[in-house]
Amino acid sequence: MSDLEIEQKIIDDCVRCGLCLASCPTYVIKGIETSSPRGRIALLNSVNKGGLKLLDKGVVDQMYECLDCRACEAVCPSGVEYGKLVEAARSQIETAREPEYGPVKRLVRLVTLKGLFAHKNLFYTFGTLMVAYQRSGLQWAVRKSGLLKLLRLSQMEAMLPPVDWPFIKNGKERWQAAGTERYKVNLFTGCIMSTAFADVDRATGRVLSRNGVTVETPGGQWCCGALHIHSGDEEGAKKLARQNIAAFEESGAEFTIVNAAGCGAALKEYSHLLHHDPEWAERAQKFSNKVRDVTEYLGQVGLTETPGSLPLEVTYQEPCHLAHAQRISSQPRRLLQSIPGLKLKEMEEPALCCGSAGVYNIINPPMANALLDRKLDNAVATDAQVICTANPGCHIQLQAGLERRKEPMKVKHIVQLLDEAYNKLPKINRI
Amino acid sequence: MAFSPEVIAELKSIVGPDRLLTSREDLVAYSYDATWMESPPQAVVLPKSAQEVSLVLKLANRYKIPLAPRGAGSGLSGGSVPQKGGIALSFTLMNRILEIDTENSVAVVEPGVITFALQKEVEKHGLFYPPDPSSLKQSAIGGNVAENAGGARCLKYGVTSDYVRALEVVLPTGEIFQTGGKMVKIATGYNLRQLFTGAEGTLGVITKITLRLLPLPKFRTTALVPFADVETACIAVTKIMSSGLLPASIELMDTFTMRCVEEYRPVGLPLGAGAMLLFALDGNYQQVIEAETEAVAQICRDAGALEVRVGKSAEENEKLWEARRAVSPSLARLRPNKFGEDISVPRSALPQIVREIGDISKRYNLPIPVFGHAGDGNLHPNILCDRSDPEEMERVRGAAAEIFRAAVRLGGTLSGEHGIGLLKKEFMEEALGAEQLAFQIRLREYFDPNGILNPGKLFPTGKSSW
Ligand SMILES: Cc1cc2nc3c(=O)[nH]c(=O)nc-3n(C[C@H](O)[C@H](O)[C@H](O)COP(=O)(O)OP(=O)(O)OC[C@H]3O[C@@H](n4cnc5c(N)ncnc54)[C@H](O)[C@@H]3O)c2cc1C
Ligand code: SF4
Ligand code: SF4
Repeated sequence: MSDLEIEQKIIDDCVRCGLCLASCPTYVIKGIETSSPRGRIALLNSVNKGGLKLLDKGVVDQMYECLDCRACEAVCPSGVEYGKLVEAARSQIETAREPEYGPVKRLVRLVTLKGLFAHKNLFYTFGTLMVAYQRSGLQWAVRKSGLLKLLRLSQMEAMLPPVDWPFIKNGKERWQAAGTERYKVNLFTGCIMSTAFADVDRATGRVLSRNGVTVETPGGQWCCGALHIHSGDEEGAKKLARQNIAAFEESGAEFTIVNAAGCGAALKEYSHLLHHDPEWAERAQKFSNKVRDVTEYLGQVGLTETPGSLPLEVTYQEPCHLAHAQRISSQPRRLLQSIPGLKLKEMEEPALCCGSAGVYNIINPPMANALLDRKLDNAVATDAQVICTANPGCHIQLQAGLERRKEPMKVKHIVQLLDEAYNKLPKINRI
Repeated sequence: MAFSPEVIAELKSIVGPDRLLTSREDLVAYSYDATWMESPPQAVVLPKSAQEVSLVLKLANRYKIPLAPRGAGSGLSGGSVPQKGGIALSFTLMNRILEIDTENSVAVVEPGVITFALQKEVEKHGLFYPPDPSSLKQSAIGGNVAENAGGARCLKYGVTSDYVRALEVVLPTGEIFQTGGKMVKIATGYNLRQLFTGAEGTLGVITKITLRLLPLPKFRTTALVPFADVETACIAVTKIMSSGLLPASIELMDTFTMRCVEEYRPVGLPLGAGAMLLFALDGNYQQVIEAETEAVAQICRDAGALEVRVGKSAEENEKLWEARRAVSPSLARLRPNKFGEDISVPRSALPQIVREIGDISKRYNLPIPVFGHAGDGNLHPNILCDRSDPEEMERVRGAAAEIFRAAVRLGGTLSGEHGIGLLKKEFMEEALGAEQLAFQIRLREYFDPNGILNPGKLFPTGKSSW
């Protein structure tokens, strides 16, 4: 059973002004009202009022063509919480359809949502295998063999990030504030982040430490559950939420820092996810209140020291779950501009989704690729050397796209650029 | 009811299978505009050329199928709602800017181009397309022309029709022609381009538009001026407008509207004040603009302004204008629904009309926030209501009628820029008089003998299928 409901109150908030259309990636590509936020809200309205059925093909298709990027929500003057609508719809669709899944779909969901992303050890084992796979030459052989095409997995395989080795060890790794300790925080290390992007997690630790912040990584934390919620696996998401809330509860740290926009948005919404759960609602609210994106946090506490010089031209691609879901847009830019020598070159449509959107690029490759192409055209037009972003999904998507196009442009997380810049300075000795 | 297989096959042969939508989901998504009205079409057709439009219209004529042209569906009078079913003719895929002719200062565009996209594009050439409906980020030029859209800058620069140089039009019977051209002067035959402008898609379908452009003013200032109440603000407006100064915009917001927008995006509006005016002045010489801004500020102070805040940076100013543009949709934060009025009165009558709206609000016990383009006398009193309450809706109808009648009594009219559509057609006889209404209906019948274009809209009566 799903207790996320398609709230009529939210639907009624929509006055159909149409302002959100131009910011909706799927509408921008297709130009069809049905593929717009206003159209999708109208479909759900009809479902609630007994016209269309939630499981009608066109409704289901639209609930999954939507990238859940929240661009519509961010611009809506009427305060329509669209994300809650689409997530509730997906959750109900999946609950209703689960008994009818075909064997392949069941297997994929079992392996990913209920397997890998739900269990840390499985994920680590898979990650280790991945490292082996990528290093052994097996990757090359498999790609060559056409086996992946046959299994329609080629799109997915091309997306696999090169894995950073070794993974973050939660509970063991910490970064003591360099110089005087100003603050103490916890780092949410994530599933993909702590493995494929372990380097970004570590860079986050180093940059915070450099700015007088001690960083700890509470043990027991795991995947944020964003992928689950976006795929309608509400139960899976709740389980993970409870696990994470418990893991961070004991620490007295004032804030929980995240460096993956998608995870940050999900963590901030635990309060909504668990709001019907009497035992957890309050704990979830407390947890969510403490979550800060790393750029948001650095913007809030300020840098204690100007980074070293990094003579680079950088363009910034705004992750949807940072710019729209969390409305964080100026802080990342200010951080980039605080790096001496670095030149920020704005691209056109910086906040239009790159098509990554969790597992979207696997579900809907044509739309994902159309958006990726548009994003890369805009990025390349700036002539920058680096696309900077702040979310693993975007990172992987952009990287894969650049490789396919044989563009020399690199993708970097903001904290990686800050880290590189700080590395240009002499070390601070601990006091 | 679905179309017959022959009609579907013919439509498919005109636009191909991808640009003909008939699924139930698609029909739901094309059943509305920005009002609360809805009625699904039987098919959605997305043409890409005037030829395709012509073939669709000929077919509609043959089978007597009603047809509703649709731009972005941001209309506030139900103009694009397929009231009688039939075909929704959507122009979102005809959205190319065909030409920006800098020598003749004109742009040639397809009807689906978004207003803001055109403005950004011409600015790259140092040119300026002034009409700026608050919906500029969503509305399409075709819809702007069909509604003769206005906006904040219309005080100084005029409305959409002042920029229409030429239109390519497809008549309801399928003939295609162009009226007007790139030239400045035309004294050759009837001025049909002005007749199609503001006709709400009842006389023909617009497929190409040539728009006059101006040089882009180099400097622009913005000033925010709070007043104790709406009436004092309106008196200040009349003083400014008779002082020999001409701001680009003078916009009015009352305390209700300020609160709603501030909740959407806090930009520091003076919530303690009863009303505020938002000014823009523009021109090519900074000193002149600054001096004029100060002159306006002084008139406001003399007229009782609580303070005068002149914007410090272009970004800050843009935020204020964005907030102003968000007023109408943000009002829904107070009550579930709103009935948006669009009365237009001679400027001198502004203080009187806001007084009367205040009275009506009290008498009918309905909140009626007021905002709008005060400088040109075009106000949007919005009656906030709950549509699920029939007794309340009865009062809403009464209040709406009284506001409109007050506007007419003061020498004004029913709609300044949003058009009549479905929402206000019942007031048309009072607005035009019986004789003129009868003539307008005859004119429409001459253009559209089978009554296929936007039937049921604009006029309360007419051919049976209307
Ligand atoms: C938040 C908000 C603010 C607004 N502010 C303003 C404002 O400040 N000033 C103002 O004037 N309006 C305003 N409007 C109203 C609306 O945006 C305008 O009327 C706009 O011009 C409608 O354009 P559209 O493309 O959305 O047209 P639609 O709503 O799709 O259609 C409007 C009418 O035009 C007809 N039409 C559309 N395309 C064609 C065509 N190619 N040929 C023939 N007929 C056609 C339709 O049949 C319909 O009758 C606002 C609306 C909203 C939601
Ligand atoms: S911006 Fe908000 S109110 Fe307007 S159409 Fe989109 S969701 Fe609805
Ligand atoms: S979440 Fe993104 S893709 Fe989905 S409707 Fe909103 S803007 Fe469009």
